[in-house]
Amino acid sequence: MLLNQFLVLGAALFAMGVYGLLVRRNIVLILLSVELMLTAVNINLVAFEAYLVTADAVGQVFAIFVITVAAAEVGIGLAIVLMIFRNRKSANVDDLSLMRW
Amino acid sequence: MTFADWISQPVNWVFSVIGLAVLFSGFRVVTAKNVVHAALYLVGALAGTAGLFLLLSAEFVAWVLVLVYIGAVIVLFLFGIMITRAPTGFDEGLDADNKVMPAILAAGMFLLMAWSSLDAFGTALISSTGTPTSTDLIGESLLGRFVIPFEVVSFVLLAALIGGITIARRDLTPAEEEERAAV
Repeated sequence: MLLNQFLVLGAALFAMGVYGLLVRRNIVLILLSVELMLTAVNINLVAFEAYLVTADAVGQVFAIFVITVAAAEVGIGLAIVLMIFRNRKSANVDDLSLMRW
Repeated sequence: MTFADWISQPVNWVFSVIGLAVLFSGFRVVTAKNVVHAALYLVGALAGTAGLFLLLSAEFVAWVLVLVYIGAVIVLFLFGIMITRAPTGFDEGLDADNKVMPAILAAGMFLLMAWSSLDAFGTALISSTGTPTSTDLIGESLLGRFVIPFEVVSFVLLAALIGGITIARRDLTPAEEEERAAV
């Protein structure tokens, strides 16, 4: 296996996440795109770990950290989405223009 | 290494199949017109990623991904979708009108990242030994060299737990508060 086949796949997934982040207008779907980007980063970390084979499995440990922080991010993010939806009756980012300059 | 050499290794067939599935699912996550379908395609992308982790002999991370993401995060997402969009289904206002600029930007980012990794690593090979990284080693690393980040992350999770409850909790109306105080 080449190292690059994993890196290019990760780059493609990350670019898709960026596209979704910019195009989507529903907050839940924007969070889904962020998950896609984090997964792409995890693929890179694990691929580099398999390539370098460190003594402490550093790449895999960092992938676990990324997964943990992503789980916390989703919990908080969806709590905020629920709160916004309760107050504004909408989950569309275009409707949330109160703090726009 | 030519393409014929590359494709002659069975492990690369597996990679091709899983990789195409991941790319297709990822593409559908950002283009699906139905919100629930987008979340379910994310399951496909994450399951494929777990398969790639198994190929890279990272068994523990693969199963953590399945448990945490497919088991918990997707369920949270589906709850979020069900609560914020009572009539789940097709919706025209889901995407922005201008899709060309984001597509150009994303394609540019992909080309930049792909070119730089191809330039830097060329045909560097991953020499898979076939033995998975032992969970022993990851555990010792987590509670040895990385014990402080580990504690910080556990604190982040605790803060997220409390923050999530505080944000999502409905404040009582004054009448309800009186009623509760009277009991």
